[in-house]
Amino acid sequence: MARFDFFGEGLPDINLDELKGKLIVLEGTDGVGRSTHTDLLKQWLENNGHAVLDTGMARSALAGKAIRQAKEGHTMGSITMSLFYATDFADRLENEMIPALRAGFIVLTDRYIFSLMARAMVRGADPEWIKDVYGFALRPDTVFYLRVNVDDLVTRVIQTTGFDYWEAGMDLHLGEDMYDSFLEYQQRLLKEFDSMAETYGFAVIDASRSIEEVFDDLKSRVSGLLGPGPDPASGKVTK
Amino acid sequence: MSTRMKMYGKHRFPGRLFIVEGIDGSGKSTQLSLLHKWLESEGYVLSFSEWNSSPLVRDVTRRGKKKEMLTPMTFSLIHATDFADRTEHYIVPPLKAGAVVLADRYIYTAFARDVGRGVHPEWVRGLYGFAVKPTVAFYFRVPLDVAMKRILGGRDALNFYEAGMDMGLSDDIEESFRIFQGRIVEEYEKMVEEFGLVVIDATLSIEEQQSQMRQIVTEALTGTKKARIRKWLDLTSLAKGSRI
Repeated sequence: MARFDFFGEGLPDINLDELKGKLIVLEGTDGVGRSTHTDLLKQWLENNGHAVLDTGMARSALAGKAIRQAKEGHTMGSITMSLFYATDFADRLENEMIPALRAGFIVLTDRYIFSLMARAMVRGADPEWIKDVYGFALRPDTVFYLRVNVDDLVTRVIQTTGFDYWEAGMDLHLGEDMYDSFLEYQQRLLKEFDSMAETYGFAVIDASRSIEEVFDDLKSRVSGLLGPGPDPASGKVTK
Repeated sequence: MSTRMKMYGKHRFPGRLFIVEGIDGSGKSTQLSLLHKWLESEGYVLSFSEWNSSPLVRDVTRRGKKKEMLTPMTFSLIHATDFADRTEHYIVPPLKAGAVVLADRYIYTAFARDVGRGVHPEWVRGLYGFAVKPTVAFYFRVPLDVAMKRILGGRDALNFYEAGMDMGLSDDIEESFRIFQGRIVEEYEKMVEEFGLVVIDATLSIEEQQSQMRQIVTEALTGTKKARIRKWLDLTSLAKGSRI
């Protein structure tokens, strides 16, 4: 039996039996440390002899650049944005993730369809519609949901990147300024994530802890998922 | 706050949406442009939208096609993105304002082509679930051979994706084109009943087809507003009329 399946109507011409690798997803709202932990996990896995492909939103050869350009203009409507990201996702799924899984890689992805669905839903998308659009996505082996509450998030964002137009949901006109808008927007996202966590059975990770603690938690969970791999000390493969 | 997304058939706008469908060489664009000129002369407020023309998206599509980067899935999704941008910017707002919107190709083009490429029919119909249902959707029915003659006589080279060369149907581009367009015709024929497409016999004379279209459009236009502004021709003659 194939290890993987699709959420809904799958991709044409894909033989699921050929997919041998693991698909690990890190999800969560903006600023929870997803990219930091994706990088750390990648290094740690590679040190342990696993081949890793990491990927993330708007990095596709086909649509990545155009999405970034479109976001500069602030003229993109919400349905257009959802579908542009879906295009980017499909391009990476078909041309990066699936070939890597076929070759036995661990695919580590910073966000998956869940962020995109949450963003679409807080922008008024019909939940069934967006769910069906992403029916062609592979069901991941595991989804780590890095969770912090909005107050912690605000502190982090101020200390790091500052408020961003889209991360503050400014296109939705939710508040007087970026701060008000950010709070309201991220709260709505969090609600969608929490609800999806139940529906899809995310592994919830308390991301309000220190980086070390969160990373240790992630490592032990990933180890459980992978089982024994090549032994880095001896260079021999442990059985 | 954004309003909840409305689905196909659920929109209520004062404007009217007329669209044309059919394979390349069916003559649909000629007919739409004749309709456009006529509606303009009648004083209607018009807006026109063409398949694959969103300023935000079309360069991605063009590049993807040129470099042959597109799979059936990304081909489908990038066209849906283009269509979404046009819906949000160029179709819904004019319809809300009570204008007549004309579209050369609509969601049925995507259904025919994508399903012809092996994409799941239900999935692609769902993908375009946000589309506004046209007031009238015209389908220009033409035998494949007639369309082929019109196209092959008219331009130098067939396009890679248009000919379905991405599916490896045949090494010969003309043969591949014929097979792929044949599949598309099959899909269109299935949709006539499913979506209530109004069939126009595209082998009739141009004048006869146009007169059928105008009759149907006239009936559908009852109560639609006309422009109150003068046409620019009037303004030009005004400017010419007076000397300082």
